[in-house]
Amino acid sequence: MSISDLVLKNDEKAIFGLRELYSSYGYMKYKVSKFEEYDLYARNKSFLISENILTFTDTDGRLMALKPDVTLSIIKNIGNGQQGTHKLYYNENVYRTSASADGFREIMQTGLECIGDIDLYAMSEVITLAQKSLDTISGDNILDLSHMGFVLGLMEELGILDADADILVGYIGHRNIPAIKAFCADRGLSEGDTAKICKMTELYAPIKDALWAVSDMVCGDRMRAAFDELSGICRILDASGDTDRIYLDFSTVNDMNYYNGVIFKGFVKGIPDSILSGGRYDSLMAKMGKKAGAIGFAVYLDMLERLPCDERRYDVDTVLLYDAADAELVMKIADELRAEGKSVKIERGATGNVRYKQLLKVNGEGVEILEAND
Amino acid sequence: MKQMINVALPKGRLGEKAYNIFEAAGYECPSIREENRKLIFENEEKGIRYFWVKPSDVVIYVERGAADIGIAGKDIILEYSPDIYELADLGMGKCRMAVACKKDFCDNRDRTLRVATKFPNIAKRYYNLQSREIDIIKLNGSIELAPILGLSDVIVDIVETGKTLYENDLEPRETIVDISARLVANKVSYKFKNAEITRMCEKIAEQIKA
Repeated sequence: MSISDLVLKNDEKAIFGLRELYSSYGYMKYKVSKFEEYDLYARNKSFLISENILTFTDTDGRLMALKPDVTLSIIKNIGNGQQGTHKLYYNENVYRTSASADGFREIMQTGLECIGDIDLYAMSEVITLAQKSLDTISGDNILDLSHMGFVLGLMEELGILDADADILVGYIGHRNIPAIKAFCADRGLSEGDTAKICKMTELYAPIKDALWAVSDMVCGDRMRAAFDELSGICRILDASGDTDRIYLDFSTVNDMNYYNGVIFKGFVKGIPDSILSGGRYDSLMAKMGKKAGAIGFAVYLDMLERLPCDERRYDVDTVLLYDAADAELVMKIADELRAEGKSVKIERGATGNVRYKQLLKVNGEGVEILEAND
Repeated sequence: MKQMINVALPKGRLGEKAYNIFEAAGYECPSIREENRKLIFENEEKGIRYFWVKPSDVVIYVERGAADIGIAGKDIILEYSPDIYELADLGMGKCRMAVACKKDFCDNRDRTLRVATKFPNIAKRYYNLQSREIDIIKLNGSIELAPILGLSDVIVDIVETGKTLYENDLEPRETIVDISARLVANKVSYKFKNAEITRMCEKIAEQIKA
């Protein structure tokens, strides 16, 4: 069965496209139940985008939640000690509040997780899939890459720890150079060190150029490891496709308690917020008692509603009017029109407030054209 | 076709001063100085489009991408915590967010402090850090009246010279944070119009220094 593009909405088109994409890379669809014990989220609240959770009491008295997130449920159910990797994707409704809407909303979300022995190749594959996911949605897209090890590694070297690191990461996230300079001056950092942090924050360039630009500021083991990882990923991605639309942006920051390695966010032109977000979350795995690495991302399909699309000028191609006497004929004529690929709405007398291209009337033997708006 | 940059300017004196900087930086749009009721002004040749909005709405336009760039006071940014980039401090519109009260007011930590303000989030955050229990009274204007009429114990508001306060027997007691105008940008516009926005920031930075 083929479905016309005109019938499908942006998010529906994307769902089909993404399923096809992920399946072709050998990722298995993973279905989870709508409800989960509230406890799972209570323990990992800061992993969630919004902390509000829709709860209810089950028949046996347990406090349950409507899923605000799928990743936690998947990790919970992944066994320890399996060889190889779990490559999974999901397409589920999740329930959470958003900053702009009052109250809870049902949000369609698609995502992908790669769990197990994560090496450079596995990371590159997931990043490639993130980029291809954006391509499925719109050709005009950008994927921003960052690395928590690089940002936190630099801070460690400069002796910025704990609460101070949180504050600084906040400034970096807003590219707030004046605040960073004031912060560094306040903590007595040298001009050279301050310049390093500013340079890292201001950087925004395609990954190949950007890596070259920051290669001279790498110091310490953690930062070195992060830099090598990014370089390795860049080499692998470059070998299989172009990396012009993958940017290095260290102002992309996620929660430090969960994400530990590469992180990334995807954007498409026309939507003023990220529509894809993900990264390496070994720390979350460890927190949940799993001995494996993991990397994944989610695509927020509800955002696609805001993607500009060709507004339909007509609701149907044809409105076909008929009299009681022509009831048998009208069905036959309508079927013929539909066979030509036209949509047909049949009305007894009035057209209602439908916008149509063509108004026809069944007239004894044949069809009479009353109006044509082409 | 040249990419247009949309700039949200705050209505009023600050916005006019900010426009002067844009103009000096080479992003002029002469029609903006004409007396009329137009809302949007553009200079296609320079690739720029300006519009005036209520100062507290600038960050909303920018966060949601209706404007790529905006000029917003730090007070508004702190109050609404929008998810945007804060690219530069324009060093104008300088003032401070302060706690003020009647000259003879004596704070008593034994009681819940009643705070009248236009900036409930800033006030809450400030007193939270002090583990102080407060009662927030959100007002939309004439904040200075609140302590005089006994509606509140203190106010949290913007203080420029402090003249209004002194003339009404009030005084600023504590400074919460220094305020000035900031150049802000939508995060996604910054990516898709990076070259234009970066160039604009550099030119504006030159003007601020000069």
